[in-house]
Parts: sequence; structure tokens; C-alpha cells
Amino acid sequence: MIYAILSLAVLGAVFGIVLGVAEKKFTVEVDPRVEEITKILPGANCGGCGFPGCGGYAEAVVAGTAPLNACTAGKDEVRQKMAQIMGIAAGAAQEPKVAQLMCKGGKDKAPLLYEYEGVEDCHVAATMFKGPKACSYGCIGLGSCVQVCPFGGIKMGSNQLPEIDYNICSGCGACVNNCPQHVLKLVEASKLVHVRCSNKEKGKQAKEACQVACIKCKLCEKNCPEGAISVVADAEGSIAVIDYAKCTGCGICVTKCPTNALEIMLPINVSNNEEQNLTVKHPPAGCNHCGLCQ
Amino acid sequence: MNTSTFKGGIHLPGYKEGTQGLPIVLAGIPDKIYLPVSQHIGAPCVPLVQVGDEVKKGQKIAEGKGFVTAPIHASVSGKVVAIEKKQHPGGNFVNCIVIENDYKEEWADTVKPNSHPEELSAEEIRKIIFEAGIVGLGGATFPAHVKLAPVEGKKADYILLNGVECEPYITADHRLMLEKPERIVAGLRYILKSTGCEQGIIAIEENKPDAIALFQKMLAKEKNIRVQALKEKYPQGSEKHLIYACTQREVPVGGLPLDAGVVVHNVGTAAAIADAVEEGIPLIQRIVTLSGDGVNKPTNYLVRLGTLFSSLIEESGGYSGDVEKIIAGGLMMGKTVFTAEIPVIKGSSGIVVLKKTGKEKEREYSCVRCAKCVDACPLFLEPTTLVKLAKRRLWEEAEQNNALSCIECGSCVFVCPARIPLVQYIRRAKQEIGALKAKAKSAGGKK
Repeated sequence: MIYAILSLAVLGAVFGIVLGVAEKKFTVEVDPRVEEITKILPGANCGGCGFPGCGGYAEAVVAGTAPLNACTAGKDEVRQKMAQIMGIAAGAAQEPKVAQLMCKGGKDKAPLLYEYEGVEDCHVAATMFKGPKACSYGCIGLGSCVQVCPFGGIKMGSNQLPEIDYNICSGCGACVNNCPQHVLKLVEASKLVHVRCSNKEKGKQAKEACQVACIKCKLCEKNCPEGAISVVADAEGSIAVIDYAKCTGCGICVTKCPTNALEIMLPINVSNNEEQNLTVKHPPAGCNHCGLCQ
Repeated sequence: MNTSTFKGGIHLPGYKEGTQGLPIVLAGIPDKIYLPVSQHIGAPCVPLVQVGDEVKKGQKIAEGKGFVTAPIHASVSGKVVAIEKKQHPGGNFVNCIVIENDYKEEWADTVKPNSHPEELSAEEIRKIIFEAGIVGLGGATFPAHVKLAPVEGKKADYILLNGVECEPYITADHRLMLEKPERIVAGLRYILKSTGCEQGIIAIEENKPDAIALFQKMLAKEKNIRVQALKEKYPQGSEKHLIYACTQREVPVGGLPLDAGVVVHNVGTAAAIADAVEEGIPLIQRIVTLSGDGVNKPTNYLVRLGTLFSSLIEESGGYSGDVEKIIAGGLMMGKTVFTAEIPVIKGSSGIVVLKKTGKEKEREYSCVRCAKCVDACPLFLEPTTLVKLAKRRLWEEAEQNNALSCIECGSCVFVCPARIPLVQYIRRAKQEIGALKAKAKSAGGKK
């Protein structure tokens, strides 16, 4: 009995000493700031900053190789806190971006070529004639973007198009990178007018494929007071493209578009009261008082 | 009969009774021919003709760059009326050269018979095969001349001719073996000569005893070429499994058949090679089995490439009822297409039309972990694990589990009691692994 207790005590003492020495000798110095920053980051590991997860970004910030404004999901608050921890100026915020769906062709607008059966994944459907919709450029509507959104900010709408919750969207770009049709794009959140179509076919074919397709009539191009929208041609075909740097969001192109492929949306993060006074308070340059914003 | 086979796989109903006894019929030549510029594995060809050009039968109208490519020839004489995007049996939209037939059937000057084919050197034969645009006619459409080209340090001990045709419904190769066995053997001799290989094997599944007997009789005195009868099992016609069944050799993971000292060609490819070498005729027609309960008169057709499925279906008496599916290729490996306005290409071995059954659609259930798919997988993969990884988007782990080795034969889906479309998930994983690899490669290139 006594031997057992003794031998265990001796063993315990020896292991304790070995572990104690090893801890001192092989310890890895971790900057406590890395841990602190990791704690305040959103922790969604969305990859929007371009680093491998929130931990990777925190390390890069402490090492001084990453800017403080790279975390799109954390927004202003996280940036200020990080600046405090690092003891440096917070700097300017990155202009927030959100994902915009460049397709309006829901199941009521774009006819189906066939009935799709199989895995609910846009990538799989895209290998079958670019999805069941007649338009081979548009949203397939099986919700691959919904599956990959790390914030749960995308829902599938009733007309089989994803609906993005702009209050949740952090602009990380996970859905944009995963979309097989490339109909999602990251656009500055302040931009309100969008070409909700990606079809590059000629007008007739585009119209046959979808009722709300861009038919390349160039009415938007001719009527834009800022020269911000134009029909751009490439190897595949042509489509109306907005130069967001020039666009003032006046909405004239939206009123001119014969197929309704363009859309002006309400500003994000605007409460009801502000919404009502919007045109009165800040009429943007070129406002023709069409009333669309109301 | 001395038969051999591989491990794994499944037993499928053949559904070949409808067409295996029917002789090959020359299909009507349509007014318009649609030739996609992509009919082989490799980068698409670039058209050599323009809208308005007159072309002759057998004239080269498109060719690609590089080594892994095969030119495309006009299958009728006439006028190019359009070059436009059209549905392709591969499930996408591809530029097609549309030729309006003038029914003059004039051959191009380049097509002339070879007076002394036996005197050709190995290199000359390979050049003829390349110029004739011959690809693997079994369905994979791999350019034939690439497989024959010598690779340093590797030598083929056997040339295997694949006459297995394990897909249900399809009997194109079976009929070819019965009707033109001498062309196949002649083609095999040219292949042997062009590779410097001495042993040839013609592999036939035992559900075609007439073809086996015919070749055995023909090759009774032949020392270099033998017939190998194989057990009836799916996917016996897969290259790797055929090699194992005939030679007991295994192709290494990620390797080519040549790594096991074997080169495999389809019997149809061999016959096309004989035509090209002796007669100078490029690949402008092939045998297509039109079958299934959805057509009135299933038939084996000799079809000009670029003929639309719809004109073949019309020729065989039209649809027998409401159509559930049209499958380009076989029931297992083929691709369902949504319209019959799709051209026959070099790889189209069959068209299967299925009638509406009125049965309710089966939905996908959860995996019950019965491991039937593991037993059935002829590549000894774990399909259920791969699906689990694909559902969780763990592409790297899927690659470690050899997702890329999957040949998408569909044996696992056939046996799955939970009706999980395993191949679709695995194909998705393969797609994503391919994208990751391409990304890593381009990143490595930048450094």
C-alpha cells in the first residue's frame, strides 16, 4: 500500500517537473493582442477580408500587414475597437458594399426549358444547359448562394430568386464567388440604380428568353444625363453596364427602360421617416422628380 | 466459355432485345446538318469556313490547336448557311456549323483511297488518323491519335479493342461486329502497326455469343490477335475495368492505360481507322442505336454526323407516347437532353427515348448506411463518404478520399435504396476540386 502511494507520488512529481520545464522552455509567444482582436471580430470566418478566417486577419493586423478597415462584416465598431487595442488611428472606413443580384427573371418571367430534377445546387444544374431557365445567363434559382452565406443574409424568394437582406449583408463576397452564373456582384451600398439583367444575347433572343431582359435598345445610354450607363459589347455579346463612379442615382434610365430590366431601389438603412422626406431633403443631381424613390 | 471480369460493379437489365437482331440501316440524309465545333475532349475547334462557303463531303471545316484535338469534316456537300450557338449533347450550348445539303454527295479532293496501305509507316498511319478526325467512338471522344503516339519510357504490350458495350439499350458496336468484323480486324492491324505493339485483344461481353463466335472463327489462325470473352457486368466497358479483366493489370490512380502497358480503343474506332487508312474517308458518319420504349421502331442507324435526333426519331415512326426523357448516350452514362433538336456528334453511340410511366417521382431520403454503394463501386471508393463531404463542401477532404478517381458510372446510384443521386454530388466535388487545382496552378505560376 505504502509503496503504491509512494511510487505514484514520485511519478507525479517527476512528470510535474518535466511538464513545468517543458512549458517554460517550449512556450510559444502569442501576442495577447491577437487574441483580443480575434474576440471582437465577428467570428463568421466569411473570408471577406481576404485572410484565412478571423484568426488569420487578427494575426495580420497585429503584424501590421493588414489594414484596419478590411473586415467588411465588423463595420465601424470593430474598426474603432481594433484601433484602440493597437493604439493607432482608426483611419477611414471602407465604403460598405453589398451583394446585388443582376437578374430579375423569376419563374414568372423566364420560361423553363425543362423540369430540373436532382441535387438542389446551381452548379449541378448549370451543367445541364446552364440551368432549366430559357435564359442561359440568368439566376438558376436553386439557392447555392443561400447555402454559402455565412451570415444567413440570403433567402429564397417566392419567384425562385434569392432575396438579399441588406441589413445583414456584410459584403464579404462569399455568394459572389460561389455563383456559377456570376449574376451576383459586390456594389457600394450607396448605389441605388442597377441593371438587373446579365443576358448578353441580341435583343430578340434575350426577350424570348426572359420578359425582363436587357434588349440592348440603348435608351438608357441615350437618356443618361451623366453618361454613366452604356451598352458595352464583349466577345460574348453586349449588355447595359453602369459606371457606378458616375451614376448619381437619378433614376431616369429606370423610367426609360422598355423591359423594366433596370431597377432603382430604396436606400439601405433608411428608416420610414427618412424615407418619406428623402426627395425633399437630398434631391440628387439630375433629379427629375419622377417620384420613383418615394 | 473462358470468361473473366473485375471486382465490384452491378448486374443491369440489358434491354438489348429490341435492336440487337436488327441490321444497320442507312439513315436518311437531312436537308440541314449541324456540326458542333466541339466533338472531342480538348479545346473546341475553330471554323475554317465562313457563312456562304461551298463545302464538299469530307472537307475539313474546323480544326483546333495543339496536340489533343481532332479536326471536323463536312458530312455532306453543300453550303454553309450559318455558324450559330446550338444545344450540344454534352449539356451546353456550342457553336455549330450549319450546312445546307445540296444532295450532290461530292467528295472533297483530299479524300482518296490509299493504293498501298500496307506500306505505310507507323508515323504515316498516325498522321492519317489525326487528319481524319478520329476520336474514341465509345462515347468518351478522346482523340485516337493521342493514344497511339509513342510516349518515352512506356511501351504498350497489348492493344485492347473494346466490344463490351455494357450500357443497356445500345447495340451499335454489337451490330458493327456482326456486320463488319473484317473492318475491325483491319483497323486493329493498323493500330498495332502504328504503335509497334504485337498483341491485340478483342474483348466482348458474353451476352454477344454470336460476335464472339464470329471473331473466334475469323481469328482461328491468327497468332497475334485473340478474342477475350468477358462476364456480363456493368461497367465492364470502362477502360480500367476492361484492362483488369483482360490482363489482370491495374492502372495506377491518376495514371493512363499506357502506364499499365495497354492501349484501349473501341471497335467502332478501329473500323473508322480502317476506313481512313484504306479509303481515305474521314470520320463523317457513325452507327447510332435509337432505342427505348418511347419510339415506335427502335433501329440501328448509320448516321451522318450532324443529323438531328428529331429526324432519326421521325424516321423510326415517331414517339410512341408522351416522352419522359430523351437520353443522349446510354441509360447509365448518357446525358438527359430537353429537346430532340440536338445533333448526333462523334461520341453519340445511342439515343434512348423513355415513355412517361406515370410513376411518382422518387425523392431523396437520408443515407441509411447500408454500404451497398461501397460494395457496388468498381473503383473501391466510398461513395457515401464522398457525398457527405460534398454536402458539407469539404472539397479538400473529398480529394483525399480520391473523388477524382470516380468514373461516374452510376453503379452506386443504381443500388442506393435511399435514392440519393450520388454521382451528381460526386461530380460537383470533382468540379470544385478541379477549380481548386486550377487556382493553385495559376497561383504557383505567378510566383
